Amino acid sequence: MNAEQRTENTFIEINAVQGRVPLNLHEIWQYRELVFFFLWRDLKGRYRQMALGPLWIFVGPVVNMLLFTLIFGKLANLGPKGVPYPLFNFTALLVWGLFAGTAQSTASSLLDARFLISKVYFPRLVMPLVGILTSIFNFLVSFVILAIMMVHYRCLPGLEVVFLPVYLLLAVVCGLAVGLWWAAWIVHYRDLQMVLDYLLKAWMYACPVVYASSLIPEQWRSLYYINPLANVVDGVRWCLLGMNAPPWRMVGLGFLVAIPMLILGAYHFRRTERNIVDVA
Amino acid sequence: MSSPVITVDNLGKSYRIGRLQQKPQTMHDAMKRMVAAPFAYLADRLRDPTESEILWALRNVSFEVQQGEVLGIIGRNGAGKSTLLKILSRITDPTEGKARIRGRVNSLLEVGTGFHPELSGRENIFMNAAIYGLRRSEIEKKFDEIVAFAEMEKFIDTPVKRYSSGMYTRLAFGVAAHLEPDILLVDEVLAVGDAEFRKKSLNKMQGVAREGRTVFLVSHNMDAVLSLCNRALLLSGGRLIADAEPQDVVGKYLEVGGAGAADVMASSQAKPGQKLKLTHIRVVNGEGQCRAELDKRSGLIIEIEFDVLAPGRGYVVNCQLHSLQQGCVFTTSSWDTEVEHHAARLWSVGRYRASVKLPADILRGGEYYVKVTSAIPAVEILDIMEEELRFTIMDTMGPLGQHREGRQGVIVPVLPWSILPDEA
Repeated sequence: MNAEQRTENTFIEINAVQGRVPLNLHEIWQYRELVFFFLWRDLKGRYRQMALGPLWIFVGPVVNMLLFTLIFGKLANLGPKGVPYPLFNFTALLVWGLFAGTAQSTASSLLDARFLISKVYFPRLVMPLVGILTSIFNFLVSFVILAIMMVHYRCLPGLEVVFLPVYLLLAVVCGLAVGLWWAAWIVHYRDLQMVLDYLLKAWMYACPVVYASSLIPEQWRSLYYINPLANVVDGVRWCLLGMNAPPWRMVGLGFLVAIPMLILGAYHFRRTERNIVDVA
Repeated sequence: MSSPVITVDNLGKSYRIGRLQQKPQTMHDAMKRMVAAPFAYLADRLRDPTESEILWALRNVSFEVQQGEVLGIIGRNGAGKSTLLKILSRITDPTEGKARIRGRVNSLLEVGTGFHPELSGRENIFMNAAIYGLRRSEIEKKFDEIVAFAEMEKFIDTPVKRYSSGMYTRLAFGVAAHLEPDILLVDEVLAVGDAEFRKKSLNKMQGVAREGRTVFLVSHNMDAVLSLCNRALLLSGGRLIADAEPQDVVGKYLEVGGAGAADVMASSQAKPGQKLKLTHIRVVNGEGQCRAELDKRSGLIIEIEFDVLAPGRGYVVNCQLHSLQQGCVFTTSSWDTEVEHHAARLWSVGRYRASVKLPADILRGGEYYVKVTSAIPAVEILDIMEEELRFTIMDTMGPLGQHREGRQGVIVPVLPWSILPDEA
């Protein structure tokens, strides 16, 4: 509720939770300024009193990239022909970070905000939204490093780059779908947080992040691409580095699965959000 | 009269509480229990709760609130007051029933919600106000007022983690005081902070009430409820048992709370380590009889029995008299009589009886309640007696009675006057 609505005769109805609870997306729109306040508060608070401050955002992916280059690139030689391993790997790490970051920050958003939630009302879906925006922000910052690397390796993207948002969107939608379902359950069973961490670690290896998908034998490749994130990683590499594109129908399948999961996840989240105060 | 701003219809909330553990009877049981222990949480969550595990914090509560009412909610701890407030604030869901609210709502369940220690006072004001639903432009307009109210002009740009607790509370309350909701829900926020802050809070509440906003106040402070509210609700065991004028409801609260008689005993046991336990209070009239109704023309004596459980010095018993109609009349202390000997007196373990005599012909007719506490002044509180003594002073009119009752004043003493011609 805000000042603009004071003059209208709007009612708030409070009912016992039964059946489908409406998403109330228009309410989130009303609270949009709050989303930015939370984002600003998180970012500012996190990087105060740190020597390197926000530089830490991409130190993680860079260190990973160096390690993977050494082990998987040089020693095991799992990289593709024709593309320098560091670039190959870092591109994937970035988009993987977008997905995993979205999933993890969404999943823990409710639990982390429990003290706030127990004292004041705002639409709880605001918290996952802040999580996504934080991940996107991290992605954009690291993208600067990627751009620098691309210039260094003289690997400039062709026209395919216009499809980049499609893959990024799929990554975010998947991350959100996973995160929303997890968020509702984490409040009841805290160990699910660790389960998610391990799941994401394993999932990364099921995607062509450290190795090229050409390593997967032909007959298994269709099965391999059922994993929507494999499509995302290869798709982003196609857009930026000109490597082989993943089959379009698999990308379509990815959206077909992820979007309903997301919508159902959002409804499930709404169903549980008010009773979280009683459990957490 | 327009439609009500708050309508509550058969609201109920149940919680699931843990099952009472029984000691394992046999070795077999103990082993089973130990093996199953890691999964006990999951197993408990998966099955439906049994009767004994369901606690109804609120049941069948229905009422309506009109625009501009200042409503006080009172009741013992655990009666369901905070639960009701949480449901109306949309922080938790009801289990049954429904509620309808018209207008902009702000809930003050604590001060400083959302404050981040690393951010400065200025940043936190924006943060806090945004959480309460204010737009950035609105916050900017009120910013200077808030800072002035909190008296924080000099420190507004330092990180909040450097603030003293007083500064923190002032800032937080500064934001809370400048929200302008149609309906304000307040939960004993008045209870935190020092005396001056409480006074400021109370004044602000009065200001809000005078502006015609609807206020919903949950409080243990009977004086606040009596002075601020024009209507009160009494909750007990999750049910609404009274809905009337504050005076009547507070009266009923004291009655229901078990402080019914002119002779009350403490119901709780002494805690381990407690040095002094108040056990019994009683009021006695001029003839030495214990009565709930007293004639104001005779003096009355309040008798307090207590047990000293650990020897010590400086123990003091305090007695506070409240009038249901007029608030706190006075506070008196055993310290007042024996000041010189007070510090030196060594209390030995044993049972004691204190009595304090009120002079005759001083109290106005009406209902009173007495609260007794014990402390070592400025050092520690020894005991607070939950049960309150209650008695009525009857409106007995002596020859000058009618004239005196009409006078203003919390008390109506008969004082000696002397008038003599002035020798020039």
